[in-house]
Amino acid sequence: MAKKLEFMMGNHAVAEGALYAGCKFYGGYPITPSTEVAERMAERLPKVGGRFIQMEDEIAAMASVIGASLAGVKSLTATSGPGLSLKQENIGYAMLCEIPVVIVDVMRGGPSTGMPTGPSQSDIMQAKWGTHGDHPVIAVTPASVQEQFNETVRAFNLAEKYRCPVYVLTDAIIGQMMEQLEIPEPGELEVIERPKPDCKPEEYLPFDMDKEFVPLAAFGSGYRYHVTGLHHNSDGFPTNDPVLHTKNTVRLIERINKNYDDIMKVEEFMTDDAEVLVFAIGVSARSAKHAVIEARNQGIKAGLLRPLTIWPFPDKHIDNILNKGNVKGIVVPEMNLGQMTLEVQRVAKGRCQVEGLFSLMLDPILPGEIVEKIRRFV
Amino acid sequence: MARVDIRLGGSGGQGTITAAAILGYAAVYAGKNAVQTKSYGPEARGGAARGEVVISDEEINYVKVIKSDVLVALTQEACDKFIEDAKEGSVVIVDSMMVKDLPKGNFKLYALPIIKTAAEDIGKSMVANIVTLGVVNEITKLLDYDKLEKGVLSKVPKGTEELNKKALKAGVDLVKNMK
Amino acid sequence: MAYDYAKYLRPGKLPHIWCAGCTYGIVLKSMIRAIDSLNYDKNDVVVTSGIGCCSRLPGYVDFNTLHTTHGRSIAFATGVKVANPKLKVIALGGDGDMTAIGGNHFIHACRRNIDITVFVFNNNIYGMTGAQYSPTTPKGAWATTAPYGMTENNFDITSLAIGAGASFVARTTAYHATHCEKMIKEALEHKGLSVVEIINACPTGFGRKNKFKTPTSMLLWMKDSAVNVEKAKNMSPEELAGKFTIGVLHKEEKPEYLETYDATVGLKK
Repeated sequence: MAKKLEFMMGNHAVAEGALYAGCKFYGGYPITPSTEVAERMAERLPKVGGRFIQMEDEIAAMASVIGASLAGVKSLTATSGPGLSLKQENIGYAMLCEIPVVIVDVMRGGPSTGMPTGPSQSDIMQAKWGTHGDHPVIAVTPASVQEQFNETVRAFNLAEKYRCPVYVLTDAIIGQMMEQLEIPEPGELEVIERPKPDCKPEEYLPFDMDKEFVPLAAFGSGYRYHVTGLHHNSDGFPTNDPVLHTKNTVRLIERINKNYDDIMKVEEFMTDDAEVLVFAIGVSARSAKHAVIEARNQGIKAGLLRPLTIWPFPDKHIDNILNKGNVKGIVVPEMNLGQMTLEVQRVAKGRCQVEGLFSLMLDPILPGEIVEKIRRFV
Repeated sequence: MARVDIRLGGSGGQGTITAAAILGYAAVYAGKNAVQTKSYGPEARGGAARGEVVISDEEINYVKVIKSDVLVALTQEACDKFIEDAKEGSVVIVDSMMVKDLPKGNFKLYALPIIKTAAEDIGKSMVANIVTLGVVNEITKLLDYDKLEKGVLSKVPKGTEELNKKALKAGVDLVKNMK
Repeated sequence: MAYDYAKYLRPGKLPHIWCAGCTYGIVLKSMIRAIDSLNYDKNDVVVTSGIGCCSRLPGYVDFNTLHTTHGRSIAFATGVKVANPKLKVIALGGDGDMTAIGGNHFIHACRRNIDITVFVFNNNIYGMTGAQYSPTTPKGAWATTAPYGMTENNFDITSLAIGAGASFVARTTAYHATHCEKMIKEALEHKGLSVVEIINACPTGFGRKNKFKTPTSMLLWMKDSAVNVEKAKNMSPEELAGKFTIGVLHKEEKPEYLETYDATVGLKK
């Protein structure tokens, strides 16, 4: 059977991916350039037995998806920079209370109201550190309309598996452009359903600190428990104990770090013999791939490392390539003033030069500019 | 087919973005890759609107139009603005009524009465964007005609199918009847 | 025989954090009696709260309980209710929680008329953070952030709720414990957004600095100031000066949000 082929807008593909993953609740607030996600969900959710609500503000939108998830329903919200800033307190709540939700951030130029229709990649650090306190973060970074769909499905899987909020970190170009999309058949992509606890309700410890994974019981399923944004014990009730505070914080972060191989996803293109590596995500990675091909045509051994998971950061993958000893330099094109470049420099530990290529010009970085940077290393 | 960068320039309301989207849609259903992007940045504020689409049999990496292989200018302003980004030897199509000051350079220039054809022969100036698609495809032979027609018909508003069918054909005929 | 509250209290979670003289314990008991009289399955009851003294209440009761971020009790509750309308959702919070930082959620939940029961524990002060003024601190009253006296006008929570579209609005006090139970019960039985403003006493943060020398004097103030809404109808404005009404202040039948939503969008069941 021929696959269902579409020519679809990136933001719509996110919505379709969410529905494929079994999302049944959307709580949002309109903001450019993400609004098409909400519009599509408003139309589509009732047809699959789900509900949509436009909340009164971004904070409420984030609160509503957490509430819906606790009621046992896979939940989505979408926003852009200013909205993401407003959502941050409740995102921290979902992190500490281990509540799976998916947050789409269609990045636009900031700070403040900034450039409402201007594409950008400047929320990379907001996704990582936007909420206060030490916490784990997972963020996936699609670079095509197909990946808007597939990576949203993966984001839901990661959220359910690791009981945490997961970002789909995309940008106003990928979100707003139209491109071909093959809708996968049911069952073609893995969809992880939320596990249910099998212990007796009176024995249920929803935040068991001595376990890596604990199924999250839905409100109304017979497991009555307490959820609080205060640091809490294994049973969910508040504690002031600094030892437990440390233990649980470390546990949540380590749960992500330990499962790097499962969470990490990258595309490596011509990295085997690469002397110059380009490291890029999203729309900048599309430019980078174009540039790598052009550089190869000019006889330069260039390669591309494109993370589809940016948080946790792909340290091991960078290490593996650098350990081959061929790489003289890394070029990091990004539509901000160096948020990823600093991370790559941290991982490179001086083993090679790392140069950023920054742009706030609201257009994708031109392949020619990347080739020019690549040439400086040869 | 390597990538073809197509830029459809006009003024707001002429449907150039819609036309680019329809072309991309038809290309995808014809088995090709296509990316249609919107314009941002200061240029989006001016009077010149543009629809952009890249079509290729290969993987499309850079998503936007770099230098156009095909430029259509339905207004003088669009022509003046986008002509500098037309590739050497590329196709440049202008509306012969709106663009009086014809561009000069190393490209294949076609000056055709696109808007007049839409307004007078079809009777609706708003289908100028579909006439444009007929013109572009007849010159470039990007897609099989029937696939393009199918694409157009599935994306235009219900009840306007016949009108748009005629508009597309009129675009093709404009090129055929040249000389 | 004394009423057995233990059935609804989580073992090992008491004593509560509330100060001696605080009236929240009285309201907790009224709430338990009201819920018990309605024979809800405990598994179907969700209680959400924001941040503040009264927002610790959910931790003590044996339901599905959600202690959220400051002001967001109703916003979280909305998500729970929309995702699973079968659940009986109670959203509670204090005067600051519900009408300052969470004021937007409060009015919009009223506007939607979603079937959530809202309890506002109004003690006229931010107690937990140490007596800062709230939107319901009376003009002239002392607070740590109003050392010269409260200069702002204050909200009438029930008028706010009625104006915003809530379909059931009542006021009661912690002193009138059986009346409080009755108002909570009626609010829970009402289909749509119901609000009960519960006048409470914070002797530690408010009373002792505002001429209420003892916790008892605050209870007596409630007793003397509260006028039943039916009785108030026959009283002159002069007679009502300095007093407030208690009882069901507003009740109307109007379409509930989720029923309207499901019917309008043709929700596939």
